[in-house]
Amino acid sequence: MIRLLKNPIALALLAILLLILIGSTFAIVPETKQAVIVRFGEPQRILNRYQPGGGFGPGGAGVAARIPFLEQIVWIDKRIQSIAMENQQVLSTDQYRLEVDAFARYRIVDPLQMYKSARTEENVGNQLKPILASALRNELGRRPFAALLSPERGQMMDNIQNALDRVARQYGAEIVDVRIKHADLPTGTPLEAAFERMRTAREQEARSIEADGFKQAQIIRAEADAEATATYARAFNQDPAFYDFYRAMQSYRTSFIAETPTGEQPRGRASIVLSPNNDYLRQFRGSGR
Amino acid sequence: MIRIIGRGARDGASLSDNRGGPWGPGGDDDDGAGEGGGPRNPWGQKRRKPARAGGNGEPGPLDEFIRRSRERFGSGLPRDGRPYWLYGLVAFLLLWILFTSVWRIGPQERGVVTTFGYYSRTMAPGIGFSWPWPIGNVRTLNVEEIRPLAIPGSGENLILTGDQNVIDLAYTVRWNIKNPELFLFQMVDPEMTIREVAESAMRAVVARVSLDDAIGAGRADVEQRVERSMQQVLDDYGSGVQIQGVAINQSTPPQSVNEAFLSVSAAQQRAQSSMNQARAYALQKTAAAQGAAAEFEKILAEYRAAPEVTRRRMYYETMEQILQHVDTTIVETPGVTPYLPLPEMPRRAAPPTPSQGAPAR
Repeated sequence: MIRLLKNPIALALLAILLLILIGSTFAIVPETKQAVIVRFGEPQRILNRYQPGGGFGPGGAGVAARIPFLEQIVWIDKRIQSIAMENQQVLSTDQYRLEVDAFARYRIVDPLQMYKSARTEENVGNQLKPILASALRNELGRRPFAALLSPERGQMMDNIQNALDRVARQYGAEIVDVRIKHADLPTGTPLEAAFERMRTAREQEARSIEADGFKQAQIIRAEADAEATATYARAFNQDPAFYDFYRAMQSYRTSFIAETPTGEQPRGRASIVLSPNNDYLRQFRGSGR
Repeated sequence: MIRIIGRGARDGASLSDNRGGPWGPGGDDDDGAGEGGGPRNPWGQKRRKPARAGGNGEPGPLDEFIRRSRERFGSGLPRDGRPYWLYGLVAFLLLWILFTSVWRIGPQERGVVTTFGYYSRTMAPGIGFSWPWPIGNVRTLNVEEIRPLAIPGSGENLILTGDQNVIDLAYTVRWNIKNPELFLFQMVDPEMTIREVAESAMRAVVARVSLDDAIGAGRADVEQRVERSMQQVLDDYGSGVQIQGVAINQSTPPQSVNEAFLSVSAAQQRAQSSMNQARAYALQKTAAAQGAAAEFEKILAEYRAAPEVTRRRMYYETMEQILQHVDTTIVETPGVTPYLPLPEMPRRAAPPTPSQGAPAR
């Protein structure tokens, strides 16, 4: 034995054996994982199980011991995981076709149940995915399109979450949250139709804005005309007879003098035939009153 | 210097002579080890060398090297000396401990210490110690750094608004780590989670505002509501993430309807300009009216002072001006005017159409 201990090769082999033994007996359970100790496929105990509201520290995670070679450890994530549903076509009650992306966040809270019913974590995700899709379709299919864009959406999500949670419990999982990421009109005709509707709505707005502008402009003009008329009336009404005379004089000048006020271009000449009885010629006739 | 040369020679010797490998064949080495006696470490050799040469006298330098190499490599467990590998092991262990248990945490960082996998504490900035790996482990996270997350990475991001329109929205979420241990231990993929939560929150908020609010005045409000909603959800997850802010970088109608949106603003411009023109007209019109009214009132005041004279004066002045510019014919007796020799009339009509105008008259 002493001789054997003196031989470095034997020593090294011994050390390696010891390491293997230690390695297969003890395992470090990190904070992020739960461990199910399984003996010949039979779950024995759970380490670092998720506790609602539980913190981190010794007690859960840490060193785990097992019987080497007889017991295996099945690792199960303790963190919140996610399943995504991409591009699901959903038909609302008012026949709107929508393309929905959603995600659900879940956590495995009962590792034993999960191990019994699904064996592996991937299975849980794979089982939950179609259920998320169908829960979503059922819930959205019962409502009009507009409900998706309303505060009612929160209620809808709760319903979906509850429906999904009922199933998830069977796999030892708990649904933390379900959310719709996208809810879009599918590309192609529906989206084009929506664009067309937006376009026409804008055109309508543009025209009404323009028409309103014209209306306002006309009102402004009319008000100005009215005000001018009032101003004239106030002034001229002080002596209507004089206004008649005064304005007549202005009018004769404008009508008969064939020149524009700026004097550019003669508009043509007028000819006047005066009767001697004309008032202007009163003195000319010599018949002064 | 001597020692270095000696070692090279020894190595060569050991390779050539000891067929059993560097540790030598099992049989001889016990004798060699027994004979060697004194310290075998390299620091002791110098002292030993002259004594051995004196005692034996015989062996040449080559034999001496062979023998010594056998002593060195042949003895796995010396009784009172320490072989190289033990020193190496100790040094290695010291270095190992040094590198895996002393941590420098930068001023912006926190170190999450785990011992046997469980969370033991969070290190503040400075020098910190932990158990060496694999017993202890430290993960340092930058908690102060504000990380931007741009959504979408590229392309259009069409979102339905409350009035069933579609807008193209690009925004940035800025976040940092609020609680490093939660950040490490709670979520499978925290960054992905933040992205998904951001998208879902943004859509939920935009679905409740109108198109005009989403692309215009309501943007700040949308940003705040998204920020609050995201923080709420992430806190519910216990993700240890703090949302610092949401900024909408771009909020426009989709590319293909943009033209129609531009036409609205063009219409607004046109409406505005027609109103401007109307206002200009109104100013002109009222000013003209006021001017004319004022003129009339002034003259009226003078007229009232001497109505008859003023009236006649104005009449004559007007007639004067008119008749200066007008061809005047005075017909003496009414009733005896059968024919009007108006030579001016052709003159006025002729120049434009000489051939037709003249005969017609």
